[in-house]
Amino acid sequence: MEWEVVIGLETHTQLQTKTKIFSGASTAFGSEPNTQACEVSIALPGVLPVLNKEAVNCAIKFGLAVNAEIAPRSVFARKNYFYPDLPKGYQISQYELPVVGKGSVTIQVPAAGKTPAYEKVINITRAHLEEDAGKSVHGAVEGMSGIDLNRAGTPLLEIVTEPDMRSAAEAVAYAKKLHELVQWIGICDGNMQEGSFRCDVNVSVRPKGTDKLGTRREIKNLNSFKFMQQAIEFETRWQIETLEDGGTIQQATVLFNPDTGETRAMRSKEEANDYRYFPDPDLLPLEVTAADKARVRAEMPELPEAMKARFESEYGLTAYDAATLTASRDVADYFVAAVKAGADAKPAANWVMGAVSAKLNAEEKAITESPVNPELLGSLLTRIADGSISNNAAKVVFEKLWTTPDSRVKSVNAQGGLDWTLEVVDQVILDEGLKQVSDTGAIEAIIDEVLAANAAMVEEFKAGKEKAFNALVGQAMKASKGKANPAQVNEMLKKKLGA
Amino acid sequence: MINSSLKTLGQMLAKKEVSSVELTQAFLNRIDTFNPEINAYIGLDQQKTLAQAQAADAMIAAGNAGPLTGIPIAQKDIFCASGWTTTCGSKMLANFVAPYDAQVITQFDAAGAVNLGKTNMDEFAMGSSNETSYFGGVKNPWDFTRVPGGSSGGSAAAVSARLCAAATGTDTGGSIRQPASLCGLTGLKPTYGVVSRYGMIAFASSLDQAGPMAKSAEDCALMMNVMAGFDERDSTSLDREKEDYTRDLNKPLQGLRVGLPKEFFAEGLDTNVGKVIETAIAEYKKLGAEIVEISLPNTGLSIPVYYVLAPAEASSNLSRYDGVRYGHRAAEYTDLMDMYCKSRAEGFGAEVKRRILIGTYVLSAGYYDAYYLKAQQIRRLIAQDFEEAFKHCDVIMGPAAPSTAFKAGEKVDDPVAMYLQDIYTISTNLAGLPGMSIPAGFSTGSDGKALPVGLQIIGNYFDEARMLNVAHQYQQVTDWHTRMPEGLA
Repeated sequence: MEWEVVIGLETHTQLQTKTKIFSGASTAFGSEPNTQACEVSIALPGVLPVLNKEAVNCAIKFGLAVNAEIAPRSVFARKNYFYPDLPKGYQISQYELPVVGKGSVTIQVPAAGKTPAYEKVINITRAHLEEDAGKSVHGAVEGMSGIDLNRAGTPLLEIVTEPDMRSAAEAVAYAKKLHELVQWIGICDGNMQEGSFRCDVNVSVRPKGTDKLGTRREIKNLNSFKFMQQAIEFETRWQIETLEDGGTIQQATVLFNPDTGETRAMRSKEEANDYRYFPDPDLLPLEVTAADKARVRAEMPELPEAMKARFESEYGLTAYDAATLTASRDVADYFVAAVKAGADAKPAANWVMGAVSAKLNAEEKAITESPVNPELLGSLLTRIADGSISNNAAKVVFEKLWTTPDSRVKSVNAQGGLDWTLEVVDQVILDEGLKQVSDTGAIEAIIDEVLAANAAMVEEFKAGKEKAFNALVGQAMKASKGKANPAQVNEMLKKKLGA
Repeated sequence: MINSSLKTLGQMLAKKEVSSVELTQAFLNRIDTFNPEINAYIGLDQQKTLAQAQAADAMIAAGNAGPLTGIPIAQKDIFCASGWTTTCGSKMLANFVAPYDAQVITQFDAAGAVNLGKTNMDEFAMGSSNETSYFGGVKNPWDFTRVPGGSSGGSAAAVSARLCAAATGTDTGGSIRQPASLCGLTGLKPTYGVVSRYGMIAFASSLDQAGPMAKSAEDCALMMNVMAGFDERDSTSLDREKEDYTRDLNKPLQGLRVGLPKEFFAEGLDTNVGKVIETAIAEYKKLGAEIVEISLPNTGLSIPVYYVLAPAEASSNLSRYDGVRYGHRAAEYTDLMDMYCKSRAEGFGAEVKRRILIGTYVLSAGYYDAYYLKAQQIRRLIAQDFEEAFKHCDVIMGPAAPSTAFKAGEKVDDPVAMYLQDIYTISTNLAGLPGMSIPAGFSTGSDGKALPVGLQIIGNYFDEARMLNVAHQYQQVTDWHTRMPEGLA
C-alpha cells in the first residue's frame, strides 16, 4: 500500500516586546533567575493582568502579513492546570475566539531528486496570543528543583496551520517561511536556540487516495529545522511500519531525541488534562478596530510577496531571482543597498546569490555579518560596469575585501557611502595591479607583439580557421596579464587581421 | 470621641483638639480591651500604626491634611499591605507578609489615614457568618452569642464596637451589606469597577468589589472619596472622572421614586425584619418619596447562578496557592503531586474546598455548557431585570438580609441555609450594580435582645452619590445609625 503523511504545525513565536504580555517586567533573555519576576510574574495574591498593547500590535502585524481575518473582538481565557513553573495555576491564552483567524502563506519547496521545486499554499487556521510559562531548573541545588520565573509571562503568538503539508520537506519549507516572515515583520527575533521560535508538529499517515485523517501524534518543541526534518521522517516511518505490522496508532505527545534520531511518546491521550477553559474575568475582551489595523498596516515593512513582484517589475529580475532575494529580509535589504550604491540590478543579484552567498555559507555567517558590505559591493560592481576591471579581476578584489575587511565595515546597516567605499575598492585594484588596460597604444603594442610571435596562427586564421582568432585573443590577454580590456583587444585584432 | 463622625474627627484633628497619635491610641486601647473577646482584628502592629499616626500629625502640622488625614481605619485582611501579614482569613496565608500595597491601601496611605490593623473575615471571603475564618469566629457586638455576618464580619464588628472610626470591606455576594445589616452600620458596595481590585485578594473576580463600612452615609461618602478611582493596573477598573461623593448628601428627596421589588418581600423574609423595613419605607414617604411596586422576576435564580459562577472563578483564582512560591506548604511529602495535595488539603478550610470542588466541576468538559454558560446567560437576564426596573424608579429598596444576626454555629452545617443569607444582595453583584445597607431599626429576637436590621438601597450604575444622599436624608430624621451596643463604652 502506498501511504501519505499528513502534517500540521503549531508554532510558538516569542514576540519582541520590551515587557511581558500582562505586566511591566522585562522580557530580556539570559538574566539571573527570577530577577525579571515582578509581583505579577510570581502571581502574588491580589495581582491582576494588564494586556500589553505592543503584543496586540504584533498579532495584528502577523494577521495582516498572512492575509488573515483579524477578529474585531477576541477573548482571553484561562487554561487551568497545575505545574510548578505555572505560577497562577492557569495560563492566560485565547481559546474560542483568537485574535487572528484564517489566513495563508505560500511556501517554496526546493527541488529534491527527480521532483522539481514547487510552490504551495499552506492555510493558517488561527493565531492566538498567550503567555509563556517559567522554567524548572533541576540540579542547581543538590536534590532540589528550582523555578525560574523570568520567562513567565513572555508574550507568545501561537500560529496553527491546517493539516496541509504532505512531506517533511513541505513542513520544513513552511517552518522556514514562517521563521523568516515573523522576523521580516519584526515581531520575533527568530532565535531558535533561545526558544523564541518553537514548533510542535502533528503527524499522521493514511493510505494514499483516502480522505479520512489518521490518528495523529504530536512531536513537541522542535527547535531546529534539521531536527524537524529528522523527527518527521522517523515518525512517518514508525507510523507506517506500525500500521503495516497490524498495529494501531494511539494519539500521543512525543519527544524527539536528537542523539538517537528517534521519537518517543511522553504521555498518551488518556492522561490528557481537562483544562477547564473559561473567559478570564480579569481581562476585558480585546477589541481591534479598522483604525487599529490601518495604523499597524502603516507601520509595516513591504512584505516579501510585494517586494518580489517589485524586484521583477522594477529591476527586471527573473521570478526565481526575485524569490531567492526576498526569501530573507536581510538578503533583500543587502541587495537593495548594493543597487542604491551604484550597482546594476542584474549583476548585483548574481553577486549576492553567487559570490556573497557562497562565502557566507562557507563561513557560516549571516549576511548582516558580511565583511563586504553592500556599499562596497556596489562600488566593486560600479568598477566592472565602467570598465575599470574585468569580472575575473573583480573576484580577486572581492576576495581581498573579504579577507582584509575595512574597519569601517560594521554591518550592512551601518551607513556607508560611496565616498569611501569607492576609494577602498580603487585602492585594492591599485594594490593588486588589476586595473584594466584600456589605453589604445598599449594594447596595440601588445597585439603587434602577439601577431609577430604567432605567425602560424595568423596563417591558420587567414585560411578560414575561426578558432585561431580566439587563440590570438587569449595570447593577447595572457601577454597583458589579464588586464587588457577584452572588448578592445577583440576590436583591434579584427582590424589588424582585416577581418 | 469614639462615636464621632469622620467629619467631626477631621475637624478636631485640624483644630489640633486631638492629635492623630492620641486618637489612634484611644482606639488601640479599646482594641486591647475588647478585641480578645470580639476577635474583630487578626492583624495588629501598634508600631506601624503609631508611626502612621505620627506621620499624619506631621501632615496636619505642615498644612497638608485631607479629610481623612490622621483618622484610624481598619482594613479587611483581604487587602495586601506592604509589611503586614495578609492572611485572607486562611491558614494557607497565615504567614504571608505582603511585599506590596493594594491600590486601596495606597489610596488610604496617600490620604494620610492610619491603618489600625487587619480585620477578621471568612476564609477567602467565602461565608456569611465569619465562621469559616481560620482565626476563629467574630462576635456580634450586639450579642456575643451571635455572628456578625460575613464575609466582612471583622470590619463590621470593629465599626459597631467602635474599635475603629471606619473600615473597609469587600462584597462578592453581600459581604459588606449583610454584615452591615447584622451589626447596625452603613455599608456600601459600589458599582463594579469603581474601586480598584489591585492587591485585593481575589475570590470571584467578576463580582468582587471593595467598599466602605462606617457609622453613617456621610462617613461612607468620605471613604468613597478616597477609595474610588481609575487604576491602570486593574483592567476592569473604569476610567471615569473623580467625583465627590458628598456632593448630593443634602439634596431633598421630594419626588424620589423608590421601587419595592415584590420578590424581596415574599416567603423567606423574617416577619419582624419585614415590619422594620416597612416602617423605614413609611419614613421615606414622609420625606417625599413616591413608592413604586416593581418586579425582579429572576431573583430566585440569583443564588444558584452565583453558586456556579463564583466557585468557578474561585477554583481558578485559588490555584496559585500551591505551596511552591509562598503560603502554606506541607511539612512532608513524597513527590510534587503529594506536595500539592497535602499543602492544599491542610491550607484550605472546608467551605473553601467545597467551592473549589463545585467550581472545578462546573468548568469540567461536558458540564461547562450546562452550568457555567447557562449561568452566564441567566446572569444577563438578572441584569436586564434591573435595567427594566430602573425605567420605573430611581432607587430600589428592600431588606439587606432575610433575618437579624443568627446564633454562632446555627448554620455552619447547613451551607444552603447559609447561602440564603445573601438572597437579597447577590443579584446586585451579578448585575454589577451598587448596593448599600443602612441601619433601619431593631428587631427583638426570641431571647429578648434587640438586634439591628438593615435597609438595602440599590442604585443604578454609578449612582452612588444619589444612594448616599438617599441614606443621608434618612439618617437626618432617624437615629438608628448612632446607636451603639451596650457594655462597650
